[in-house]
Amino acid sequence: MAGLGVKICGVEFKNPVIAASGCFGFGQEYAKMYPASVFGGISLKGMTFEERQGNPPPRIAETPSGMLNSVGLQNPGVEAFLKHELPALKGVDTVLIANAAGSTVESYAALVERLSDSDVDMVELNISCPNVKQGGAAFGVTCESAASVVKAVRKVCKKPLIVKLSPNVTDIAAIAQAVEAEGADAVSLINTLLGMRIDIKTRRPVLKNNVGGLSGPAVFPVAVRMVWQVASRVKIPVIGLGGIEKWQDAVEMMMAGASAIQVGAAMFYDPYAPIKIIDGMNQWLDEQGIKDVNEIVGTVQPW
Amino acid sequence: MEPSVFQGSYPVVRKTACAKQIYDFTVHCPDIAQTAQAGQFVHIKAAGFTLRRPISICRIDREKGNIRIVMEVRGDGTAQIAQTPEGGMLDVMGPLGHGFQLLEPTETAIVVGGGIGVPPMLETVSHYGKNAAAILGFRSASAAILEEDFQKAGCQVVLCTDDGTKGKKGFVTQALKESLEQTKPSIIYACGPLPMLKGVAALAKEYGIRCQVSMEERMGCGIGACLVCACKTKRPDGETGYSHVCKNGPVFNAEEVVF
Repeated sequence: MAGLGVKICGVEFKNPVIAASGCFGFGQEYAKMYPASVFGGISLKGMTFEERQGNPPPRIAETPSGMLNSVGLQNPGVEAFLKHELPALKGVDTVLIANAAGSTVESYAALVERLSDSDVDMVELNISCPNVKQGGAAFGVTCESAASVVKAVRKVCKKPLIVKLSPNVTDIAAIAQAVEAEGADAVSLINTLLGMRIDIKTRRPVLKNNVGGLSGPAVFPVAVRMVWQVASRVKIPVIGLGGIEKWQDAVEMMMAGASAIQVGAAMFYDPYAPIKIIDGMNQWLDEQGIKDVNEIVGTVQPW
Repeated sequence: MEPSVFQGSYPVVRKTACAKQIYDFTVHCPDIAQTAQAGQFVHIKAAGFTLRRPISICRIDREKGNIRIVMEVRGDGTAQIAQTPEGGMLDVMGPLGHGFQLLEPTETAIVVGGGIGVPPMLETVSHYGKNAAAILGFRSASAAILEEDFQKAGCQVVLCTDDGTKGKKGFVTQALKESLEQTKPSIIYACGPLPMLKGVAALAKEYGIRCQVSMEERMGCGIGACLVCACKTKRPDGETGYSHVCKNGPVFNAEEVVF
């Protein structure tokens, strides 16, 4: 059995597979099928300081090899999270990552400050949600705004800080460098790509929010390309996500430069996908005679 | 925690076409059948599609380890699922959601089903047998399904069609009102189009009878993790907010739902 453990910003993960934010709730729901402890880590549902109701339904649409969603960061707010959700995760053997979003620099900072005193292991700063009218992706699309929010959050964040990047930009590596310069400990990418579908019978968008975020296998090559570009321009660890559904995708993403990977939409059609990915990687590493999964990170040999 | 939701490839032991674009499947899935409850649903994978399709459970046979689902072709995904032949395999996840709250079988119940909302009422009505009445509504005679099954369950059956080609002409809400004028049941259960549910909920309130409704919304994970299947509901504190059909539902107490 190969070593599957990875260390990101000093935090030990027993394997490099992390549940992607928004796809695993607050870690309780899939416990009806298997324990959350199968994951190296779980990135919890994106939260804000105050409760948010999210967008009106329909919030989801099928797309070729993927899906659009427009949940709009529905969450109970940080106090309800700390009171009701986090205690339920006590004792679960996995790295807990709080995904934090806001609508102003101040609201991001206030939220992260509150999370810093809790038992979460890491904070993933969400500057890339495409489904909220204020904040969210607006912060992730220019180097200046991304830097400003990371700078403010860094001052109050006592946990390792991951910044989750938007793919809806011209040069994602420049944004990664900007947040690295302000003290981000790692970056995760990609969040969803902005998309739209129209029902030709009603001439109405399928999503009530008109537009939404595209995820699933359709975005995987975009994610691999962006992870590869970012990994070559920053020194901090890169966490790769976007359309990973099988162990081969996870290996590919790590070869592109990801130190760990996240699985999201794949769980909706194959709830056991994360377990299959972990087992598949393990077996492949053994077959290849590779003793440690870290050895494959960034090993793509570009032409 | 012992697993209570399962996913796998299960054999179709029986398949029939029961009306235009409506198919009746019996699937052998002992683990799912063992824990399934009336009003819960299963989430079915269509080959070549990303999202599973939620389909309500029509009948549960724990002894044989089977569940029965009656589904309508609505689009390309459900058309793909409907092509699965008898003897073929279906990728099923379940049982999911909260089902109907069943009272003692000696209590009386009225179940109201509209169109493809009729199938999930069959398991519910079977619990009450002769103490139940079923009011079933369809567009026309050609769309009517499961009438015999409801009769076999021992309940009184009132059939309505919009065009009067079978049973009473008119909506189920009219038939429900007539029934409530004569006798008040302990509880009303309903599944069907939104205007129907709204009408049933209003009647239940008017006559002071407890009512549960099964809601529908486009769904993602099916297990409560992704929060896409939002349904506006009233909280105990009176505030409204979005609950989720897959986790908090699909069955809600009618007075909670903001129609």
